[in-house]
This record gives sequence, structure tokens and C-alpha cells, in this order.
Amino acid sequence: MTIRLGGIIAGLAITAVLVLWSLLPGAYNYAFGPAPEQQPSYAFYEHGEGPAGGFSFDGAFGKWDYAQLQRGYQVYKEVCAACHSLKFVSFRNLRQLGYTEAEVAAEAATWTIPGIDPTTGDQTTNPGKPTDAFPPVYYSGQGNPPDLSLITKARHDGSNYVYALLTGYGEPDPAKAAKVGFEVPDGLYFNKHFPNVNIAMPQPLSDGQVTYADGTESSVAQMSKDVAAFLTWTAEPSLVERRQTGWFVLGFLLFATTLAFLSYKQIWAGLKPKKK
Amino acid sequence: MSFAWAKQYEPQTALTKWLDEKLPLPRLVYNAVGAGYPVPRNLNYMWNFGVLAGFFLVVQIVTGVVLAMHYAANQTVAFATVEHIMRDVNYGWMLRYAHANGASFFFIVIYLHIFRGFYYSSYKAPREMIWLLGVVIFLLMMATAFMGYVLPWGQMSFWGAQVITGLFSAIPLVGESLQVWLLGGFSPGNAALNRFFSLHFLLPFVIAGVVILHIWALHIPGSSNPTGVEVKQESDTVPFHPYYTAKDGFGLGVVLILFTAMVFFLPNALGHPDNYIEANPLSTPAHIVPEWYFWPFYAILRAFTGDLSIPFTGIVLIPAKLLGVIAMFGSILLWFILPWLDKSPVRSGHYRPMFRKFFWFGLIPCMIALFVCGGAPAEEPYVVISQIATAYYFLHFLVILPIISQIEVPKPLPFSITDAVLGQDKAAEAPRTGSVDGGDTGTAPEGSLQPAE
Repeated sequence: MTIRLGGIIAGLAITAVLVLWSLLPGAYNYAFGPAPEQQPSYAFYEHGEGPAGGFSFDGAFGKWDYAQLQRGYQVYKEVCAACHSLKFVSFRNLRQLGYTEAEVAAEAATWTIPGIDPTTGDQTTNPGKPTDAFPPVYYSGQGNPPDLSLITKARHDGSNYVYALLTGYGEPDPAKAAKVGFEVPDGLYFNKHFPNVNIAMPQPLSDGQVTYADGTESSVAQMSKDVAAFLTWTAEPSLVERRQTGWFVLGFLLFATTLAFLSYKQIWAGLKPKKK
Repeated sequence: MSFAWAKQYEPQTALTKWLDEKLPLPRLVYNAVGAGYPVPRNLNYMWNFGVLAGFFLVVQIVTGVVLAMHYAANQTVAFATVEHIMRDVNYGWMLRYAHANGASFFFIVIYLHIFRGFYYSSYKAPREMIWLLGVVIFLLMMATAFMGYVLPWGQMSFWGAQVITGLFSAIPLVGESLQVWLLGGFSPGNAALNRFFSLHFLLPFVIAGVVILHIWALHIPGSSNPTGVEVKQESDTVPFHPYYTAKDGFGLGVVLILFTAMVFFLPNALGHPDNYIEANPLSTPAHIVPEWYFWPFYAILRAFTGDLSIPFTGIVLIPAKLLGVIAMFGSILLWFILPWLDKSPVRSGHYRPMFRKFFWFGLIPCMIALFVCGGAPAEEPYVVISQIATAYYFLHFLVILPIISQIEVPKPLPFSITDAVLGQDKAAEAPRTGSVDGGDTGTAPEGSLQPAE
């Protein structure tokens, strides 16, 4: 009885404190107080969609498009790598994109890797080896370009986000901007798919910027799609293997669970009352 | 302990006979989860989740021990070693995704197990000790899961550690020093990461120990059942093996299919993308949210937005933050006194019309609202909804349960489990062999496990 009485008193007390000091002032403020201030930039944000037709790896049966991954790697190397590192990926991983061992060694050698000369102790650079990771990038400008190894997993719906971001540059609607008093701050660029629409990265891609080895036309949309696919691979190299393993495991479990269900029914058959 | 009609272990081979004399481990297993444990015959699938929780504890320990072989608890390399596991360790991605989603599934089955306990009043006499140990396991699980989430050293790891240890800074006078002591620094750093790793490795084994006590305490009165009527006779029970090993085996298969679907097809759906950004003390994420299984309690923490002050004087008696911390810990700690708050002699919610209404139309919507608000940003209308839900949460357990257990008129209970399963007529035909009281007089014998009903 004491516990129940104490419980009732404690319960009423905590509810009274919550209702009188938090809920009522908050609800009053919500109903009659000033509306919360919104940044004018939010008027320009549009949720980014992925490329038309989606990616080859979308869906539970999706597969890599190796030609696309190789094109995406080319875009990374010729454009993104100027500012963005890829530190969790090694050159040896490029074997998974369909390159031969010799091609990977040759490709690695086109990169320079900072190192220390063991005889003099001086800082030096060496050509990359397949075992090396992609080198760090030192960036002298404003801002802080993120490492791209995991970027498609570090954003909601990352593959589509990267595509949308790269194709989202432009100018704000001047009439709307004048109405809400919005201006893109100095040193930032307008991108309707970036969360606060002002991004420090200038538009990185323009039509024809990369000359694809396989002759694909390098429109901004095409390059964006290719590099988004490549960055999906860098973030999750095991994506396709994972799903294939998953189908195998699911198939086995469906079989085993069916057996388990049948043996359960058989064992219980004598105990269950007959349905009327 | 067991019922008089429980099957006895009889070693068959020379080896098991020898073993039974020296160390009767097979006998222990036989009596714990084998044919020697008589279990009510009417358990529904809600009684599956204890076994499943044990299964996921084993999954977490096995995957966790292997992950620990490849992980380094050092703030300069922790994030990179997790990526090493994902990229270079053979099937490392499978281990890590199984471990991360295994934690989520552990909580899913534990929440179903707990709410089974709420609905069928599994906490009532004679099973209070099982319940109390269960709450201890839940608290240990929360601590373990929180510290495990810090180990990948992503943005949510770091800021989650900052926020959760910051709760202790709300304690008057010693709070700030306590937080520094817990973290081993002024913000989460190498000292915090190391001690969290050490404790994250230790606590699962502590949980396993308390689980053994939990099962031991369960075997004293035996399992509860959906009618809430205690076992009276042999026909009320079946041996755990093969009946419930078969049924639990099927349930395990179904849950494993769901688990596999998450691990292989949606491994990051329950996580937060920000945790794939390496911890950065200089960059605060826009919304700091804990893992989904803490959302209801996070909502209670944030529901207290106003200081408890004397009106018109500005004198603050209890700051809002401390109120929130008290409420959040109190919301779980009150489960410890639940067996003494709800004094209704009827256990099963099935036979309690009022309780049942408050459960389905009060507690369950309240928990869903708290869950949604805990994961949402601290904006209206989520704040007001979480405040209403928090108020109901405390009213439900502390005020409504004690009062309805006093005034409610329960529905008539079946005489026995056999009656409930077969119907009264058929049960009368069935021979009532091995009855506890030696006859079907319908009265509980002295010293029976039936509480005063």
C-alpha cells in the first residue's frame, strides 16, 4: 500500500511539474508565440533526385557497371582529386573495377606518393605502388574538402545525393531572391540541392571537361552519374558481393525455416485441439 | 525445482554416466532447456522472445570478439580500423553489419519480451525476482549498446558520448567533475574511447551472468502463460524439449530471415549517415540523435523544457536538464517497483478489461509517440507531443496501474490451462494424472505456487 501511495504521489508530482512548467508554457508559445525564424535560404532548397533511370546497382539484384566505374574513376582522378582525398581506398582495390594487375600497377605509378628518403631523411615523393593508398590532398583554399572514400554512406541516400549535388548548380530565381532578401554570400556558390543552398565548392564539372577513353559523351549529367557510381563503389566495395551472399543465405534460411515449421507442426499434432 | 511429474535425466551411454557422476552438465542442460523442464502447453509466440534474446546475446558476443581482433581503440586509428574491417578483413563487412544490426535486433526482441511482460503481468508474484533481474539486464544492455556505438569514432559516436556523459553534469555540485572523471578529459578523447572499449568488452559477459540468474529464477516457479493461471496438473504442461525447442526453432528461423534481410540488403538503414564521418570535435552535427532503440527515453529526457522555478521570482529550484535526467532514469527505474504497483490478483491482460484498454489505447500509442519524437529534431509539434506522451507514461505506471488494480472487475478465469486449451468439457474427459494436489478439487494446495487470487 505504501509503495502504491508513494507511486501515485510521485506520478502526479512529476506530471504536474511537466505540465505546468514545460507543457503549458511551450504549448502557449507554440500556439500564440512568434513563428520560429527560417533562414531565407530554405525557400530555395529542393530535394535532389537521382539520375533518370537510376543506377545499375540499385535494387536487390543490382550489379556494378564496370565501364561506368572506370569512367567515374577517370572523373575523380582528373577533377575531384585536385581537392578531395580518397584515403581508405588503395590502388590494388582498382582490380575490382575490371583492370588487370599490370594496368593497376601502371595506373598507380601515375600518382605521386609523399615519402621519406631512408638514406637522407629528406621528404621526397615516389611513384605509387598497387599497395599504396590514394595520397592525401593538401588544400590551400578556403573551406575543408571532405575525404570522398565514404561520402555516399555519409549522406542520406548518398549516391543520388552526390549526383543531385553535382547537377544542382545554378542561380537563385531573382524575383524570389529579391522578395525574401536572399543573396549568396561571398566565396560561396548557389546549389539548390545543398542543405543550406550555399556551398563552398565551385561548380566542378562542365560539359566536355573529361575526354572519356571509351568515347562516351561527357555531359555534366553523365560525368555526375559516373562519379557518383564510382564513389558508391569506394564507400561500399562489397555491395554486390554482399547482396549475392544475402540471397544465398536467405534461400538457405527459407528452406531451414520451412523444415522447422513442419517439424513443429508434427511434434505438436497430438496436442492441439481440433478446430470446431 | 521442478514439478513432480518432470522427466528425470537418465544417462544412457558409459560416457554420459561417467560425466553425470563427475560433472552433471548434461543433466543441467536437460533440466534447464531439455525434456526435464515442464512448460505450460498454451504459450503463444510472445513467449519466443526470451530464447531469441539469448540467441542475439550469443551473436553479439561471437561477432564482437572477432571484431575486437581487428579493431584498435585509439582515437587516431579507430575510424580507420573499422574501415579496415569493412574492406580488408575477410567477410569483415558481414561481421560488422551483423554486429551493428544484431544490436538492433537484440533490442527489438527485448522490447517485445518486456512488453509481453507488461501485458501478461509476468512481473507479478511469484516471478518478481525474474522481472527485477530482467530490468538489470536491460540497464546493462543500454550501457553496453551506448559504449559500443562510441567505438567506430564517427561523428554520432563522438557527439553521442558528449551528450550522454553530459547528462551526469546535470547533477548538482559534483556533476561537472563527474563528467570529466567519466570521460577522462574535458571532451571525449582517447581516454574515453579506451575505457568504453574495455567496458564494452566486459559488460556482455556480466549480462550473460545475470541472464543465468534470470533463467535460474525462472525455473523456480516455472514459466508464466497467457491465461495467467498457474500450472495445476501434468496435463497443463509439456516438456520444453521437443515441444518448445521445435516451436522456438521455427520462431528463430523467421527472425533470422528478417535479420538476414537487414544485414545483407539494408545494413545501414537503422544507423545514422553522420557516423560515416570521422569524429571531429570542432564540428557539431545539425541533429544529434542516439540509436533508434534509445529514442523513447531520449524523448522523455528532452520533454522537460522549462526549469522548475518559483513563479514571478525567477528562483530556479531544479533546472530543466536535471528534471529531464531524473525523468529519463526514473522512467526505467520505476519498472523495479512495478510488481508492487500493480496489485491486481489476475495476471493476464486478457482477463482484465480496464487494464487491457489502457494498455492498447494508452501505453502503446504513448510509446510510439515517444519513439517518433525521440528521433525527430527538437521542434514543435514534436516537443508538445513528447510532453503529453511523457506525462501519460508516468501516469500509466505510477497512477493508473495502482488504481485500476483496485477497482477493476476481472473476467472469469479458466479453471486450468488444460481447460483453457481444450475447453471445459474435453478437459473433464482427459484423465487428470499427476495433479499437484492429487485430485481435481480445484483448490490450490498449501505451498502451491499460486498467489492469493
